[in-house]
Amino acid sequence: MKPQLAEIWDWLDQVPDPEIPVISVVDLGIVREVKWAGNTLEVALTPTYSGCPATSIIALDVETALRERGVDAVRIRTQISPPWTTDWLSEKGRARLQEYGIAPPHPAGGPEKCPRCGGHTLTRISQFGSTPCKAHWRCDDCLEPFDYFKCI
Amino acid sequence: MAHDPDLFEFLCRMGDNTLVLGHRVSEWCGFAPVLEEDIALANIALDLIGQTRMWLGLADEVEGAGRSADDLAMLRDVWDFRNVLLVEQPNGDFGQTMMRQFLFDAWHLRMLEALTTSTNTRIAEIAAKAVKEVSYHVERSSGTVIGLGDGTVESHSRMQAALDLLWPYVGELFSTDKVDVAMTQAGIAPDPASLRAGFDAYVGGVLAEAMLTIPDGDFAHKGGKTGFRHSEHLGHMLTQMQWLQRAYPGSSW
Repeated sequence: MKPQLAEIWDWLDQVPDPEIPVISVVDLGIVREVKWAGNTLEVALTPTYSGCPATSIIALDVETALRERGVDAVRIRTQISPPWTTDWLSEKGRARLQEYGIAPPHPAGGPEKCPRCGGHTLTRISQFGSTPCKAHWRCDDCLEPFDYFKCI
Repeated sequence: MAHDPDLFEFLCRMGDNTLVLGHRVSEWCGFAPVLEEDIALANIALDLIGQTRMWLGLADEVEGAGRSADDLAMLRDVWDFRNVLLVEQPNGDFGQTMMRQFLFDAWHLRMLEALTTSTNTRIAEIAAKAVKEVSYHVERSSGTVIGLGDGTVESHSRMQAALDLLWPYVGELFSTDKVDVAMTQAGIAPDPASLRAGFDAYVGGVLAEAMLTIPDGDFAHKGGKTGFRHSEHLGHMLTQMQWLQRAYPGSSW
């Protein structure tokens, strides 16, 4: 029997992002489509950044999670269009990033507040951070550096 | 996909530019002047290598000869590379690396913006993906060129020396040959010359703010993108980049 797609989405929502394990690959917005093609489950994944080393790990993690649930015929498809955008991050994902100490993307082009103390006096240290998707910022209120998930 | 030698050539040019520059930039990994710059350079190298995989992956499909993106990157010899001479120039000091990056980024962004409306949807999709990443590259390299150009006497003189050295490599980015004509006629890619005015306006503005003077004369070193004659530096770079596949053919992990 083929599991319902809603159930499969729930399973995928339990697959953590390998770099930022507090959010799932579904929260990240990279799972674009899940559908049955005959008895094969097709999953379309969109890479965040073209050179992101986590992309191949994510494909492997998704496939492993599905096999553990008994879905053996899985086809993972990489889909680059439309390109991934931080607009696809879920509300749950944004809230978890904030709790984890990573400021979620904000349309104004910089973090809204310090994820640690909530301060608003912020300075950008570098557009590039510890992973391709993050920039490096500092809070001038609590003086702590923090990661900002940059808009793309 | 039907084999189209001009299209294959064009894709190799795009992919070889990002591959060679990506490798050059990665040479800084662990050596940059400060940690933030080291991380930024590594991130940019990663973006460029990721874009290479898309360009050369499509080149493989177009050629249909079973040469994967990895094969094209690691098993071609220097005369088969189609990158512009600018990107193969050595890193020099940090300022020279950033000047090279800035001149390339300013061209790259305009090229990718134009390619987002390519009649070839695969190319348009790759460009739409890459343009987002390259917008960040331009922002950073522009800011660094301004910071160092309008910095200390020492940093200013080094940035001016870098500009004097690298400016003669700019012209090749906008040169047109029969491959470009074929791409333009098919609506696949813009005429490179059409990107020059936008490039000059942007680069001129940044360099003025950086207190740097563009050298006189329009002499341009050429021969990289046509493969006619690379500079001596590319072969040396490939001995490092391709070493593993040359010493242990077909190894994987």
